[in-house]
Formats: sequence, structure tokens, C-alpha cells
Amino acid sequence: MADALAMDKVDAGYGGVQVLRGFSMDLRAGEVLCLLGRNGAGKTTALKTIMGLVRPTAGTVRLGAVELSALPAHEVPKAGVAYVPQGRRLFAELSVAENVEIGLNARKKGNDVRESVLDLFPILRERWRQRSGTLSGGEQQMLAMARALCLEPSVLLLDEPTEGLMPSMIARIRETVASLKARGVSTILVEQRVDAVLSVADRVAFVENGRNRETVEVSRLRDEPGLVKRYVGVG
Amino acid sequence: MGFGPYLLLATLEGLVMAAVLALTALGLSLVFGVMRVVNVAHGEFFMLGAVLAWAVSNAVGGHPAIGFLAALVVAPLAVGAVALASERLVLRRLNYNPEATIVATIGLLYILQQVALTFYGADARPVVAPFNVRLQLPWFGYSAYKLSVIGFSLLLLGLTWFVLTRTKIGLIMRATQYDRETATAFGIAVDKVYAGVFVAGAMLAAIGAVLVVPIRQAHYLMGHDPLLLSFIVVIIGGLGSLRGTMVAALLVGLSDGILSVFFSPTLAKIVATTAVALVLVFRPQGLFGTAQR
Ligand SMILES: Nc1ncnc2c1ncn2[C@@H]1O[C@H](COP(=O)(O)OP(=O)(O)OP(=O)(O)O)[C@@H](O)[C@H]1O
Ligand SMILES: [Mg+2]
Repeated sequence: MADALAMDKVDAGYGGVQVLRGFSMDLRAGEVLCLLGRNGAGKTTALKTIMGLVRPTAGTVRLGAVELSALPAHEVPKAGVAYVPQGRRLFAELSVAENVEIGLNARKKGNDVRESVLDLFPILRERWRQRSGTLSGGEQQMLAMARALCLEPSVLLLDEPTEGLMPSMIARIRETVASLKARGVSTILVEQRVDAVLSVADRVAFVENGRNRETVEVSRLRDEPGLVKRYVGVG
Repeated sequence: MGFGPYLLLATLEGLVMAAVLALTALGLSLVFGVMRVVNVAHGEFFMLGAVLAWAVSNAVGGHPAIGFLAALVVAPLAVGAVALASERLVLRRLNYNPEATIVATIGLLYILQQVALTFYGADARPVVAPFNVRLQLPWFGYSAYKLSVIGFSLLLLGLTWFVLTRTKIGLIMRATQYDRETATAFGIAVDKVYAGVFVAGAMLAAIGAVLVVPIRQAHYLMGHDPLLLSFIVVIIGGLGSLRGTMVAALLVGLSDGILSVFFSPTLAKIVATTAVALVLVFRPQGLFGTAQR
């Protein structure tokens, strides 16, 4: 299958501190690729580099034929990459409606897209005028997903979407990822815990020390639980 | 004149003052709120607006109203152009760093002042009001122009409020204000928003200045007071809070007007700066500001 998105030998960091060291990764069209790794391994930095929020000092990021790393950061979402940041990063002072509006505005999508996204998360309709900072954690995560899906992205980046959520919410998020996959969306899913992804991921990339150590099919992971232990420390 | 009419006069003077101050302070507040940049040269944009208003109205000639209207259009646009150049050439290159931009805008302050001194000179010059009508109240006559300043300013404040809270441009500005990085991740060109906000802030000050020159003369050092008072308003109202800026402008403008008439302008400034000190001690986020995260 063709690559939807590829990072090729990327170096990146903050100021003088290098975080990614020759980071390579490919996301196949229509798959769910999970990035697993310990705290501080560089998973979030990898996603920010895709979004252009962190500029690579070496290497490239490509979306199909488009070189994302050559674009200004605000052009990356317009190319079809949507981002659900770690900790959600909603515009807390803005209402649910306004957060959704920001998402729609990124690629000038209309009311039809808004309605189909809200059909995925009907609870947001009930909170429509509420300040998003006052939503519950689960509702905030749904809003963060909705805001991103308003771009009708071809590639979706999810940074620890299940962080701090109760099991039923985690299941909801997982179902949403699966249904997006069925619609052909390619997804990079960052997680800390392997059990959160086994059922939904196609492949897993193990991130350690700013490098992608190894990318394996999920089926192999079931046969070799030692792999997970080696890179993440827990089973 | 009895006390009542005297108080009414002072209140009217205070309202005129508040109207111009609100526009100027709103410009400063907008720039700080969205860009986190403290623009020390903001008063010089005000001064430049006044000086250009004199130049334009002088060049146009004819009926005073024509010259004034031309100034009301041209001066803010010219100041906006200067602001855009400053933003592109200075602030952007400093990556909007909070400390560096303070130093840079202090430099800008002196540059603009000296340019005005060189080309405009050290004299204070008046601009003739567009119309010269006195409204005869039972106790005293009052300039209809001054009343129209209050009206025009209210209109502009209302318009700014509408843009900020009810339009897509305003939404994009607020999103940028709250989280620059996430805004970028949603396709917002932050540097364009910043340029627009900086230009709009400077133009608000310039419009305030054009309104004021028929009341007070244009002078190359006239930027100091508006800068100080704008800071006072912005601190009392809460940095970046639109509602706070308007309420504080009203309070400071009124107290300044009333105290100046009854006592002295110096006492008015003392009261205003004391209020700032009290706010900073007891409510550092300002009357309407939200505490910083
Ligand atoms: N804004 C920043 N400035 C400087 N260093 C940073 C910044 N953000 C992250 N880092 C550093 O970069 C390294 C990688 O951080 P990153 O957030 O990418 O890790 P992560 O894999 O997402 O971790 P976690 O699972 O805890 O979210 C860490 O050492 C971190 O301290
Ligand atoms: Mg992270």
C-alpha cells in the first residue's frame, strides 16, 4: 500500500536541545499506526514535527507527494493533516461552538461537515454554547476529536487521546478510531499503554530516545510480548 | 454657575476624555492581549495621528469639515502603514519576544518622536473642528463637536466589540490570543493575525488622536500622556480584556475630567496612578482580567 505520510531521517528539537535523532517512520494509507514509548521518548515531538510546529534541522516529512517540512506550519492542516494534541489543548475560553468553528475554518468546511462530525459526538450538541474549559474530561476529548475531524483529514494525529479517561470513554475513542479507519482515514495514535491499542492498531512503532527502533505488525506483538517489555518496560 | 451644572460640565469633559482614551487604550490592550507585546511606542502612534491630521487638513484646505474628514481617513491609514512596517521590520524579527520588544519599541518611540520634530517642528498647532456649533444648555453652552467625539468613539468601540465577539476574524484573533501553537495547527497564519492586530491597535490610537486635535493642539511630545493613561486603563481593566478596558477607560476618563475641572490635572493623575498601585497589589489580573494560567 502507498505511504500516506513518511518521516525520513528527521532531526528536530527545541532550541539547542535535540530530541528526534534520525527519526524515520511511514504511515500506510488507511492504517492505524501506533507510536509506543516511555515518557520523554519523543512521541509528541514527532507529531509536532509533522505539524510543522517543531522545525526539522535535517530530514523530511512528506504527505504523499507534498513535502510538509517545506511548508509553513499553518499550511500543514490545509494539506489534510489534523491534530489532536496531548492534553487536548482546547481553546478553553471559547465555547464548544467556537472550537468547532475553528476546526471547520481550517479547510473552509461547511455545515454538512459540522453536522456529520456532531453525529459522531451528539453530546457536544447539548453543550453547544458552553465554555469548553468547563466540559468534563471525556467531553473535552470528544470536542478535541470533533475539532480535528472538522478538517475532513486524510491523516489524523492523536496524541494520548485516552489519557485520564475512564474505560467506557476509552472504548468510545477506540470505536471512533476504528470507524474513521473504515472511512479510509490514516491515523497515527500515540499511546503509553499497549493494551489500549492492540484491538485497533495495524502496526506499532517503538519510539526510544528520539528514534523509531522498530515498526512491527500487531499480530507479531501478540506472539512476542517480550518486544513490548523491551521498549516500554511493562507488558 | 452652581455646583450641579459645574458637575455636569466636568462630567461631559470627562466623557470626552474617556472616549478618546478608550480608543487609545483599546489599541494598546488589543496588541498586548493577542500578541503579548507591550508596545511602548503606542503613544507615538497617537502623536503621529495628530500631527498627520494637522498636515492633511492643512494640505486639503477649503471648508474645515473637508480637511478634517480627509485627516480622519488618511492619518489612521498612514499610521497603520507605519505600524505595519514596524511590525514586519522589528517585532517579527524579534519573534515577538516580550522583553526584546519592550526595548525595541522604546527605540521606536524616540525614532517617531524625532521624525516628527524634524518634519513637523516643535510648535503646537491646532486643527479646526469640522463644525462649530454650540449646544445651548440651560446653564452653559457646550461644543457639539465634543459631544460628537463621544458618539463617534462609542460607535467605534461598539464596532470593535462586534468584530471581536461576533465575526470569524474576531474568533481567529481570540484563538490566537489563547493558544498560538494550537491556532497554527488549525491553519491560522499567526504572523498575519499579529500584523493585523498591531496595525488595528495603532489605527485606533490614530483615530483617537484625529478626534482630539480640534480640542487639543498637535505636538510632537503629545504621545506621553495617552501612553501613561492607556497603561493605567489597561492595568486597571485587566490586560487583554476588552470589557475591562472600556470600563476602566470610562472610570479613568471620568475621574480625570472631573478632578481636573474641580481641582487640578495633577491630582487627577495622582488618583489614577494610586488606583493602579492598589489594583496591582490587590487584584493583579485587573478588574476584568482572568488570572494567568
Ligand atoms: N517545549 C519544549 N522545550 C524544551 N524541551 C522540550 C519541550 N517539549 C518537550 N521537550 C523535551 O523533549 C523530550 C521529548 O518530549 P516529548 O514530549 O516529545 O515526549 P513524549 O514521548 O511525548 O513523552 P510523554 O509520553 O510524557 O508525553 C523530553 O525530554 C522533553 O523534556
Ligand atoms: Mg507526549
